Formats: sequence, structure tokens, C-alpha cells
Amino acid sequence: MDFSFTDEQQLLQDSIRRYLESSYTIEHRAGILASESGWSATTWTELADLGLLALDIDEADGGIGAGPVGMMLAAQAIGAGLLVEPFHSSAVLATRMVSALARDTQRERLLGALASGEAIAVFAHDEGGDWFAPCSTIATRSEDGWRLQGRKTCVYHATMARWLLVSARVDEGVGVFVVDRDTAGVDLRDYRTVDGMRAADIELDLMVAADSRLGDVDAREAIDEALDRGIAAWCADALGALDRVLAATVQYARDRVQFGTAIGRLQALQHRMADMYMQVEQARSMVYLATSACLQSDAHERREAVSGAKVLVGQAARKVGQEAVQLHGGMGMTDELGVSHCFKRLLAFELRMGSTEEHLAHYRKLAQSRAA
Amino acid sequence: MDLNFSADEVLFRDDVRAFLAANLPDDIRDRVRRGDESVLADDVRRWQRILFERGWGAAMWPAEFGGTGWDKTRQYLFDIECFAADAPIQLPFGLKMVAPVIMRYGSEVQKARFLPRILDGTDWWCQGYSEPGSGSDLASLKTRAQRDGDHYVVNGQKAWNTLGQHADWIFCLVRTDPAAKPQRGISFLLIDMKTPGIRVHPTRLLDGRHEVNEIFFDDVRVPVENRVGEENAGWTYAKFLLGHERTNIAGIGASRRELARLKQMAREATRNGAALLEDPIFATRVAQVELELKALEVTNLRVIFAEARQQAPGPEASMLKIRGTEILQRISELQVEALGSRALQFDGAGEDVPRVAAQYMNLRKLSIYGGSNEIQRNIIAQMVLQL
Repeated sequence: MDFSFTDEQQLLQDSIRRYLESSYTIEHRAGILASESGWSATTWTELADLGLLALDIDEADGGIGAGPVGMMLAAQAIGAGLLVEPFHSSAVLATRMVSALARDTQRERLLGALASGEAIAVFAHDEGGDWFAPCSTIATRSEDGWRLQGRKTCVYHATMARWLLVSARVDEGVGVFVVDRDTAGVDLRDYRTVDGMRAADIELDLMVAADSRLGDVDAREAIDEALDRGIAAWCADALGALDRVLAATVQYARDRVQFGTAIGRLQALQHRMADMYMQVEQARSMVYLATSACLQSDAHERREAVSGAKVLVGQAARKVGQEAVQLHGGMGMTDELGVSHCFKRLLAFELRMGSTEEHLAHYRKLAQSRAA
Repeated sequence: MDLNFSADEVLFRDDVRAFLAANLPDDIRDRVRRGDESVLADDVRRWQRILFERGWGAAMWPAEFGGTGWDKTRQYLFDIECFAADAPIQLPFGLKMVAPVIMRYGSEVQKARFLPRILDGTDWWCQGYSEPGSGSDLASLKTRAQRDGDHYVVNGQKAWNTLGQHADWIFCLVRTDPAAKPQRGISFLLIDMKTPGIRVHPTRLLDGRHEVNEIFFDDVRVPVENRVGEENAGWTYAKFLLGHERTNIAGIGASRRELARLKQMAREATRNGAALLEDPIFATRVAQVELELKALEVTNLRVIFAEARQQAPGPEASMLKIRGTEILQRISELQVEALGSRALQFDGAGEDVPRVAAQYMNLRKLSIYGGSNEIQRNIIAQMVLQL
């Protein structure tokens, strides 16, 4: 049992934190949110220069191979820094999908472009909020390749992606297909999301080449594992935001004077902050557990830990986010403070990649099947 | 970061498990499993003796005093295995409370006289801290000890004393200097329960059991040699004691066992013709508390790890206490819900159902004693969050 991190891992987290604190201020970020594209290509290049886009690429593929623990630490800093660029979408989820499935030439080409920041890829998987439902997008084999038909919803960062990695049903299960976003037959309707990012609903009806499929075996297990690692990192991102709002709330309560005293001296508020602290610490423990489970070979245990983390981090996100706004009073309602932006990021956390309720039901079923 | 126990720790756990399987008497285990009141007194002494003979009488003591010298991880694993095997509790009052104070602040004579008898289960200790007017605000205590030659004469009343009806000795906080500030005028006395002038009066609790007492002191003469440490320095020792009481304060072992029982009850109970544990609403409640317990287990390990590296400032234990007690209380509530109207049977010769309602009532104490959960939140706010 060891809860320490290596110097290298600690350094990684510190360097991301320092970079975001100095270069990604709340004002700078506001400019990015208001821009037409909704992201900063400069920031993206800087992230690539820091090596962050190669973090989750295995060393054998020329990446850094930070592994689940390194990704957890990186994601915490990314979440605390409120980054809206597609780190999680491209450098975690899509990267894991490609790493798990792609064959040699494909693999080299895709991972190389993702690592350098030259291209962004996103995993187009969600189909309307029923996270654990089987894929309904269909891939039909024909002589010239595959015909993809279906609809994907709320695909984060699709508008800035070169490639959509589309999951679709095939005879033997599920396949994942690399689709150029700009191809005819890919119809994007994009929008801003509550957490200041961009996403799109996508109608698909097109032909893609035979070699656009990632690998040639049923991808369900690979998708499952990539999503679990993605969710674990996403939980760590939320943990970063939770740490930030808790610290900001405690500081605000120390500074804010009413009735001649710092409101942090009032027991009614102290107890609420003590509860926030406990929820954040329990969330941290679950992030550690999920991350650790991603290192193990037991898939059942991994799914339980990841869904469990999504639930407890999600519940902390709801409660701690609400309390942070409440204890900031009117200031918590403004768009000026990091608190309200964390609040929105935490709301998005709860709803994306399977809601808290869905993961709780999933965990229950997993626990029942374990006992049986 | 690595959440797995080491190979040595796993071997240790297997060793404990095997010992428990071979040495915990069946009759004791059955009474613990049923939650009988008769499990108290005799069984606790017998079990302490068995552990003592194995060299495991005091998991949390250093080896020089006859303890195991185990690190916190092994103490934790031992605790979990004991609960899983339905072993009786080891009384905390001697082992975890007064003994560390004697080891740290007691005289050599006191160490030699008291510690071995705690270790082998000869002496049953109880605690004389709270008073009718002094609960959370313990330093306001009024029980008076006046010097008379080589004795103190103690007068006053202690409340919420647990299991003192079986006790041979009581450790007491008493006021030796009423003129000083509340914390500065307190001393720590060890008092033989057979001393004339001590009267133990039961306080019946809502679960019908005799677990706590009021203890009246009427001109009780205590030799000065039974004072631990300096006169009027007792508050320091009391605070030191609280720190040691916190070993395994999260109660993971107890919660795990009760969660397993809850699931068993919910498998056997039916709703709408199917097993209650198959009912999505009930099963979701069970899943929720199971996850909370899982998170607390990891948090507990984090605190153990930090403590081993001297990083834990201590107040994290307040979180373990709050969450641990809330979780065990929640599991107990769900046990009552699982049995439904069958949980109503309070005594008599009805069918053989676990007495979950009595336990539910009894466990309300968890969030009240040992520093109420509100006091623990004060500690977190002030010590951790620096508010």
C-alpha cells in the first residue's frame, strides 16, 4: 500500500498547474469561450510542446506512457485549471481508443498526429443519454468499404476534430471507424455546452473505406476499457475542480466580513464546509480506487470501481458545487469567479459519460452479479 | 501509488484468519452473531485471555509492554478479520484508553502494576469522564478530589459510564484545583471500584439494555500513588488519550460485517414475491452505502499511510469518525427496513429474528459519543480548514 507519487509524477502535475495558472487565467479563458471556434490553437500547441498530448500514448508507440496514475494527476491539474481545449476528448479518450484497437500503419499515423497536436480526434459514441445502451449506429459491409448510418449526440469537441472515431454495430459486435469530419454525409449541428466547451450532434450516413475500421475484431471490450480509463481521468478532472471550489470557498469565508465577523467563524457555515471537505476527500479516495483498478487485469473489479467513482464524485460535484455557490452568496452567481465556472464544469461532469444515476444502477447490477 | 497490500501483509491476514477459525470458541461466536446481551462480561474476558495466550492481547501496544508491536496496517487488518469472524470486541477502556496514558505518563510502579492485568484480561477498566453537566464541554467537570494526607477524597458524579457494572477499576478526571482555569485544575486518577463510597447506578437506555451507568463518589479515598503524572496536568493526559482512542475509529470491520448481514437479510426477505435484494430501489440504497464504505476504506488507508510517514496532523481522524459512524448507522437503518414488521419483536418467544431494531436504537450512540459528530465538524473546520 502506497499513496505517494513519484517525483516525476509530481513534477508533471506541478508543471501543468503552473502553466495553466500563468497562461490560462480566467480572463484569458473568457476570451477563448467568446471566440468563434471556442478553443485556442495556441494553447493546444503549447500543450503539445509540454508533451501532454503524448502522455497517454504508450512508450512502445513513441509516447510518454504516463499510465492511469500519471493521467489522474494530469487530469486533476487540467480540471482545476478549467481547460476547455480537447485534452480529455482527444489526448485521453480518442488516444486510448486508437491505442487499444488500431493496427500498425493506422496506429503510427493516428497516434503521431494526435501526439504532435497536428490533429484532434474525438470518440463519437453517446447516442442520446442512455449511456449503457448498446450501440444503434450501424456499419454495413459492402464491396467498397463500410456504410455508416446513425446518430451520435453531444460529441464533445467534434467541431475542432479532424477525425471522428465512430462506434457502430457490425456482425460480430461493435467496430470503431475513423471518419474524416469534413466528409459528405457527416452532418454536424454544434452548440456550446454548459461548461464552456463545444459539442455537436452528428447525423451519419456515408461510405468509408474498408481500412477505416480500427482493428478487425469486436471492439466492445476495448471500448469498455478505454471508456473506463477515460471516466477515471474525467473523475480526476472533476476532483481538480472540487479542490479548487473548496479552497476558494474556505478562503472567501475567511475574508468575507458580515455582522462584524468573518463568516467562516460561524458554526452553521463551518459545519457545511466540513461536510464539503469530507465529500471531496471521499471523492478523492474513489478516484484513487478507480485509477488503481485501471491498472489491474480484473475487468469486473475495474468496472465496479470506475462506476463507483463516477457516482461518489458525481454526488460530491452536485453537493459541493451548490454549497460553494451558496456560501459565496451573490458573488457565486456571477460569471466573474472561478467558482461559477467550476460549478458548471461539475454539472457537466455529472451528466456526461453516464449520469450519476446511471452509474449507480450499473454499480448495483455489477454488485449483484458479483454476489451471485 | 499502489492500493494493494504487500505479500507480507496478505500472509499476515491469512495467519489471523486461520487463528480465528481455529481458536474462537463456537459458543462465543454464536452469541456474537445473535447479538445476545450475554456476550458481554464473561465472553469478553475469555476472548481477551485467548488472544493474550497467542501474544495478540494488545494489537496496538508496543512490544516492550507485551503488545504485538504491529504497525497500523496490521492493526487494521487484524480488526477487520476479528469482526469478519464474529469475535467479541476487545474492551477499549483498558487497552486503548488508560494503557497508553500509563505507558506515556505513568510511574514505573503503575506500569508494572496495571499493564499486565489489562493485557491478560484480569482487570476490567471503565471510564469516568463525562458528568451530568459536562459532556462535549468536558473541561467544565465538577467531580472534586481534595488532598488529605497521602489520599485524595473524591466526591461527585460521573455519567454515561460504559459497562462499569463489570469493572474492577475506573480512570477518572477529577478537579483538584477549583480556582485555576478549567483545563488547568484537572487530575487523572485510577480508582479501585471496590473502594467504599462508590455506587454504580444503571441508566436504562432506549434499547432496554444495561450498558451505561451513573457513578456516584461519596468521600471515596484514593491513594495519591494512583494519580497518573502531575497534579493538575490531567487535561493533557486526557487529550493524549483521545488521540489513542482513535485507532480503527472508522469502524470498517464492523460496517463490513453489518453490510454482509444486511445483504443476507435482504436476500432472505421478499417484496412483491421476489428477494428484496433484487428490488431496484432497495438494492440501490444498499449499493449507495456500500460505495460510501468503499470510499471510507480507501480514506482510512490513506490516513494510515500518512500516519506511518508522520504526515497526518491528526484531525483527519475526525472525518473517519463522522463518516464511519454515519455509515454504520445507515446500514443499521437498512437492516430494520429489510426486516420490516418482523423487526418489531422486542423480546419474548417469537420467531428467531435478529434483534435489529434494538441495535438500530443502540447505534444512535455512535454519533454522540467519543466527541459528538458536531464536535468533530468543529475540529475539521478549525484544524483542517483553518477557519
